[in-house]
Order: sequence, then structure tokens, then C-alpha cells
Amino acid sequence: MLDTLIHIAVLLVVPPLLPGVIAKTKAWFAGRDGPPLLQPYYDIAKCLRRGWVVSETTTWIFLAGPIITLAATLLAGLMVPLGRADAPIAFTGDLILFAYLFGLARFFTTSAALDTGSAFEGMGAAREVTFACLSEPALFFAFLVLAKISGAFSLTPMLHAPAAAFSAGIAAPLILILIGLFIVLLAETCRIPVDDPNTHLELTMIHEAMVLDHSGPLFGIILYAAAMKMLVLGTLVLQVLVPFLPGREVLRGPLFLVLLVALAGVIGVVESVMARLKMRHVPYLLVGALLFCGFGFILLIR
Amino acid sequence: MGVSGGAGYLFPSRSALGQCVVAVLLTCGSAVGLSGCLLSLTGCWALPSALNHAWSIPGCRFAVGLDALSAVFLLPVFVLPALGAWYGLAYWRAASHPANARRLGAAYGALAGAMALVVIARDGVLFLIAWEAMALAAYFAATVEDDRKEVRRAGWIYLVATHAGTLCLLAFFAGWRHATGSFMLEAAPGMPVAAAAPLFLLALVGFGFKAGLMPAHVWLPGAHANAPSHVSAVMSGVMLKMGIYGIVRAVSLLPVGEVWWGGLLLAVGAVSCVGGIAFAIGQRDIKRLLAYSSIENVGIIALGLGLALTGRASGRDDWVVLGLCGALLHVWNHGLFKGLLFLNAGALIHATGTRDMEVMGGLAKRAPRMMMLFAVGAVAICALPPFNGFVSEWLLYAGFFCAVGVKGAGELPAVSLAAVALAMTGALAVACFVNMLARVYLGTPRSETCRHAHDPEALMLWPMVLLAGGCVGVGLFPAAVMMPLEAAAAQWGSDGMVLSGMMRAVPFSRLSMACFALAALTAALVFLLDRTRRARGVRVGPTWDCGYARPTARMQYSASSFGDGVVGLASFLLWPRRCRTALRGLFPRASSFKGLVPDTILDRLVLPAFRAADRFLPRLRVMQQGRTHVYVFYILAIMIVLLLWGGAGSH
Repeated sequence: MLDTLIHIAVLLVVPPLLPGVIAKTKAWFAGRDGPPLLQPYYDIAKCLRRGWVVSETTTWIFLAGPIITLAATLLAGLMVPLGRADAPIAFTGDLILFAYLFGLARFFTTSAALDTGSAFEGMGAAREVTFACLSEPALFFAFLVLAKISGAFSLTPMLHAPAAAFSAGIAAPLILILIGLFIVLLAETCRIPVDDPNTHLELTMIHEAMVLDHSGPLFGIILYAAAMKMLVLGTLVLQVLVPFLPGREVLRGPLFLVLLVALAGVIGVVESVMARLKMRHVPYLLVGALLFCGFGFILLIR
Repeated sequence: MGVSGGAGYLFPSRSALGQCVVAVLLTCGSAVGLSGCLLSLTGCWALPSALNHAWSIPGCRFAVGLDALSAVFLLPVFVLPALGAWYGLAYWRAASHPANARRLGAAYGALAGAMALVVIARDGVLFLIAWEAMALAAYFAATVEDDRKEVRRAGWIYLVATHAGTLCLLAFFAGWRHATGSFMLEAAPGMPVAAAAPLFLLALVGFGFKAGLMPAHVWLPGAHANAPSHVSAVMSGVMLKMGIYGIVRAVSLLPVGEVWWGGLLLAVGAVSCVGGIAFAIGQRDIKRLLAYSSIENVGIIALGLGLALTGRASGRDDWVVLGLCGALLHVWNHGLFKGLLFLNAGALIHATGTRDMEVMGGLAKRAPRMMMLFAVGAVAICALPPFNGFVSEWLLYAGFFCAVGVKGAGELPAVSLAAVALAMTGALAVACFVNMLARVYLGTPRSETCRHAHDPEALMLWPMVLLAGGCVGVGLFPAAVMMPLEAAAAQWGSDGMVLSGMMRAVPFSRLSMACFALAALTAALVFLLDRTRRARGVRVGPTWDCGYARPTARMQYSASSFGDGVVGLASFLLWPRRCRTALRGLFPRASSFKGLVPDTILDRLVLPAFRAADRFLPRLRVMQQGRTHVYVFYILAIMIVLLLWGGAGSH
């Protein structure tokens, strides 16, 4: 029970910290002071206090986009185990629901973008659904590897097994899917080199372009849901990474939060040292992720 | 049901009453059939029940029977055509189509009746008679508008394809007779596997043509697009499944095969589902898009059958149950959501007069109920929770993950690669149906006709509401529909396989609880947001569009642009055609661009092959001189050859 409460508290409170850490890391690389660490919290709070402005072309789909995205992300977040504790929702086959909840969120986010009738938002939505066609199979390859290692069909045992039964035989496949999952994380949370959330040109964006017309409380919800998605997918990556770290049993306790912050720092470093790829080169990167995860699977079953 | 359309001819061609009588008769027939079907499904009526009479047709017995497998496939046959008939009363009014409304009623009823007979036939010859009646009835129903050239062409391609399939089935039943000594469709577990393998291949090809598995799908997009919408709904939602039924029935009769049978079906299924949905994204005709998506869904069903077949060969009963139950549930689900979407597309055509989604748009404001229904169908067909498509795909995923070695020995990890194909299909389906939803219903209207569209009348709306209710119901309470499916799956069991009670281990209650949790979370967020909205009020303005003050409807992202990314990624498969005029000089003249995705296999493989045949085969016309006595001579000559051959064989 206590574990469940802690899980829910972390899931609700921590997410906006991660974009704050990323921004701080980037500022440090650029030699600036940067915004305060808690700036995303202030931003979200500010958005939630604002009034509503909606476009006259929109329908209820425009509202459903942010709302269903947050609901789906929250539910998915209850299915991944944070640290050593079991996830609050765990049953046979929950990983399929986990993956398809993000599909549901994508369905309504992109529909909401197209609801405005703006060409920019259409462009963002088209890119989002196209890239998902490559990142989703990569995710399932990674799931297959974890299912094979753990012999389970549920996220909690699947993600706990690598640390519990770590051996040399599973190290190589784990490293391969770790790389693949990290690329999927960057793509799904709209980070450089796939997407640049801070660019000034709407023509070159993915996620930010889709939400151009959302404002006020709806935009606050979008920011919050995006941060939460980063926490959920980041947890997935960390659970695969932890077996390789010294002192893994300690790290899977309360120190897991430190790891999450460190992961945000790593994303910040990646964002600082790389440029965004040309839009037509992004599929190559995602196919790369698919191949990494696929080779991990083949290594395991050979 | 089969002869209900005949009643229409008792009335004048413009008579609405006549059409109504036909619909009532069809519904009565369906209701009687449905009650029997439900009684047997719920176990109130002991199974199997069968009739077996000698008949005047030589070599054929009138043998029909009802078992769990037949009952599962009968259910859509009794539901969808009846709903479609009422829809048709408003969609295809006798008053506005006096030339063909009676013919449509007759062919439509015959199609429904023939499908019911296909499912219950237990004699090979009777099955073929019903099969041919179904194929011809579908032809006459789909080509009612035969004054249009593309309808005639689509009908022609359909007729050739369906007979190519029937040819394989003739060979299948001849082989069946040869192997078992009778045309009766009774399980033959003693047949040697070497003899069964060719029969399996013949059944797969023959039934694959009807099911629309790639590459035998060439007839499907044209026929579905050009048929009246409620006929498309029945063809896609029910008739394609007759092909699936054929495969399932044939396998249940044949002995336990080898692993490659399942592998073949998995490969065909993977190609069909990824290829089908990729082609769908390239379409701008709403009904062609839905037709390609039917190929995708049949591919998903084939994946499930492939998993079950592999499990049957390698003695894994959990694969058989999960794969077959997933596939059969998807048969029902696809009937529900594809029926809904085709009826919706028909209402759109009724309201706007076009099938081209590039000229639609903004219909959500004008037809909000239709948009709501379409959204339910679109979410369901993308297999997203909490609707029914998710449940059937979940069962398939569970099977594939079992194959990776989750439980016990006997693993075959290659089978689980199908999970990756299914995941890719899911992501592509989201792209496809977001595109369709947005282009048709969202944004601003792109043509004048769309500005005057409105919700259809109750007669067209209610069938869609019932189908949407089915999508939601099965999604939220999946455990309720599992019992009959499990009983049907037991047909594939072999010695020493315990196939009953397996589904009790599946956590359907947790799945429904998660879906309810999702709904509750959404409702809570809506409640909270609604309070802030009331407190602060809503300001309505134009779409921001990055500061551009005067956006027009034509500046919206079009369906082709939206799909361009995916079509580009899959261009090695789709071979899209792009025509553009080159830009020259500093002040280029007006330019145009046109892109379309034709059917690769039809245009580049099948039609060239037929054209080549057309060039070379006329040489055989020497044999055909149109003189009767020459033909009689041919008959005599062949009889003598056969007699000699038979005589030589017997000694």
C-alpha cells in the first residue's frame, strides 16, 4: 500500500522536474545561467490559471486531445515499476495495454492538431504518426527481449528480471535494446536529434507544432503530460540500464529518483552536443533503433 | 432470407412498401436464425445438431449441421445484413432508384441466405453450390449501378477472381473425395500428412481469394468501392469471413499438419496486414481506403490462425486457444466496426455526393452524430483501448508472447516476430484513421456540397448506433463473449489436447477494470476542466496558423500530404505514382501535382498477365469454329480418351 502511494506521488509530482533539469544542463553547456530548476512547475501553474482561447473551427476533439493524453499517460505510468517496488497495476499482458495507451494518446493528439485546420499542425501530426510506425515495432522488439529473459508477460516481472538474474549471456541483448529504447525515448519525448522543442521555426517541429493552437489550461495539461511521458519512458530505459551499474540494489531503492534526474541530465547533454537531424533523415535513426532492438532479440534466441 | 428479395417483384418498381416488405422478411429470417444461433451458443440447445438427407442432385446429399464453429460465423450473417437492409431503405430508396432497387433487394437477400448455407453445409457439393450462389449474389448486388464503366470493370475483376478461387476449391473437394471416399465434410484424422498438405494449400489459395489475403486481394478494393454502401458493409464485414470460415473448417477436418503450414499462414497474414494498411493510407477514396483496411484486418485474423496452426502442429494448446480465439473474436469485431464505418461512409456519400475525401472536411459541425459514430469506429479499428479491437489483438499478442517462451518448453521464437508486424500495423492504422477522421470531419469544408451536409435520418443512424454499441460493449466486457469462441476453438483440438477452460486464466476482469479506470480518469479531468471553463469563459477566435491572418480551406494539410510520409517509407511496396509539371525559368507558369497509389499487384502483375494471355491465346481459336457437330466430336473424342485412360488404370 505504501509503495503504491509513493508510486502515485512520484508519478504526479516529479515529472516537471525532468524538463527543468534538461534546460539547466543545456544552459550550463551554453555558459548561461538558465531558468530556475523548477521553471516547468511555474509554467504549468501559470497556464492552468489562464483563460480559455479556442479556434472557431474546432470541435470536442480539440479538448479530447490533451485530456485523453494525460489520462492515458497516467494509467500507463501506473504500470511501470519505479525502482524495486512493484507497479500498482500489474497483470498478465499489461504491457500491451501500456503500448496501446500511448497509441490512444497519439490518436487524439494528432486528431486535435488536425482539428484546427492549420497546415503547420497538420505537418506536425503527419510526422508524429509516421515516426511512430518505426518506434512502436522497436518497442515491441524490446518487449520480446525482456519477455524472453524474464519468462513473464507483465511489465513488473519483465523489468525486474534483468537485475535479479543478471548474467553475461543476457548482457549483449540488454545493451542493444538499451540503445534502441533510448532512441525511442528521444523520439517519443520530442528531443534533439529528432525534434527540437526550442526552435523558432514552426515548419521544422513535430510536437510543438501540433499544439500551436492550444493555450491556457489545455496547454498546461499538454506540458504536464509530456513531462510525465518522459518519466514513464525514462523509467523503462533505466530499468534496463540498472543491472549494468555498480551497486544496483541500492540504486533501485529511493536512489532511483537520482537516476531519473541523471537521465534527464544525459538527455540535456545529448541535446547540447548534437544538432537536430534533417526531417527526412529521422526515419534512418528510428530504423536504427528498430535494428538495435531486433538484433538484441536475435542474439537472445540464437 | 435467401428469397426475401423475391417479394419485392410483387410491387411496382418505385414502391417503398415493396422495399419495406423485403426488409421485414429479411429481418424475420435473420431473427429466426439468430435465435437458434444464440440458443446453441449459450448451450441451451445441445450441439451438434444436424440433418442429412439424400437429394435428387447426383453425388450430393442435403447435409447441414450446426456446431460451435458454424454458430460463431453465423452470428454476423444474421446481424449485419438485417441492419444493412433497414439502412438500405433510406440509402437506396426505390423512388430514386426505380431501375435497380428490386434487383438489389433480391441479390442482397440471396447473398445473406447463401452465406448462411455456406456456414452450415456439411456436404462438399452442397457447400460449392452455396459458395457459387454467394459469389454470384454478391456480384449482382455489387454491380447494381452497371451503367457506370468503373462498376462494370470492378464487377468483372471480382467475377474472374472469385472463380479463380472456386477453381481451387473444386480441386480441393475433388482431392477430399479422393482421400476420404466421400464428399461429406467429416473430420479425417487418419489421413496421411503428405496427402493433407496439398489439400491445405488448395484450401488456403481457394478460400484466400474470397478472404482477400494478399496477393489474392486484387478484386477487393474495386468491388467494395463501387458497391452500394450497405452491400460493401456486408461484403467486407461478413462475406470476406466466409473465406476465413473455409480455412478454419478445412483445417479442423484435416489431420494435424506440420509447422510450416502455420508459418505460411503467418507470413501471408503479416504481408496482408502491413501491406493492406500501407495501401489504405495512400487512398483518397473513402471506400477504397476502408476496403484496403479490410485486407489489413483479414491479415490480422490470418496471423491468429497461423499462430493456432503452428501450435496445433507443435502440440502447444495455449497457442491454439489464444490464436484461434483472437482470430474468431476479430471476425466478430471486424464485422462490427467495419460495418459501422462502411455505413458511415455511405451516409457521407449520401450527404456530399462524393467519395473523395480531399473535397470533404468540417463535417463535424454539420453532422455531429455521424462524427461521434465514426470516431468510435476509428478508435475501435485501430485496436485502441477501451474498444473491442483491442481485446482481440490483445489475445493475439498474448499468444505471440507465449511463443517467445514465456511458459514452458516447446518454444518457437520466430513465431513471436508476428507481434512486431502487428505492432507496426497498429501504428499504421492510427496514421490511416486519424487521417480519414480529420480529412472528412475536422477542419473547414473544402467544397460547397460539404457546407450543406447534415446528419442522416434515423433509419440510417440507428443501425450505426447499434454497431457502435457492440464495439463498446465487447471492449468493456470481453469476458462475456469468450465462452462460444472457446467452444469453437475446441474444433482444432487433437488427441491429448485440453482446450476448454483455458480462457479462465486470462485476466479479462483486470483488462476491463483498466479500461474503466481510463474512462474514470478521463471523466475526472473533463469535470475539473469544465469547472475552470465555466469560471473563466471561453474566447473564440480564428485558428492561429502562425500569425497568418487569412487562412483558406485549401491551405489545410490534405490527406495525400498527411499520408506522404508513410507512403514514402513504404514506397518499395506501394510504388506510388507522381505526376508534376516541371518549373522552368524565373517566372514559372501555373503548375500542378498529382499523386496516387494504384494497386501494385493488379496493375503491374495481374493485368499485364491477362493482356499477354489476350495476345497469345487467340491462336487457340482454331479449335472454336462455332459448328455444333465439331463440339460434339470433341466430346466423343474426350470420352474415348477417358475410357481408354480409365481402362488402363484399372488393369
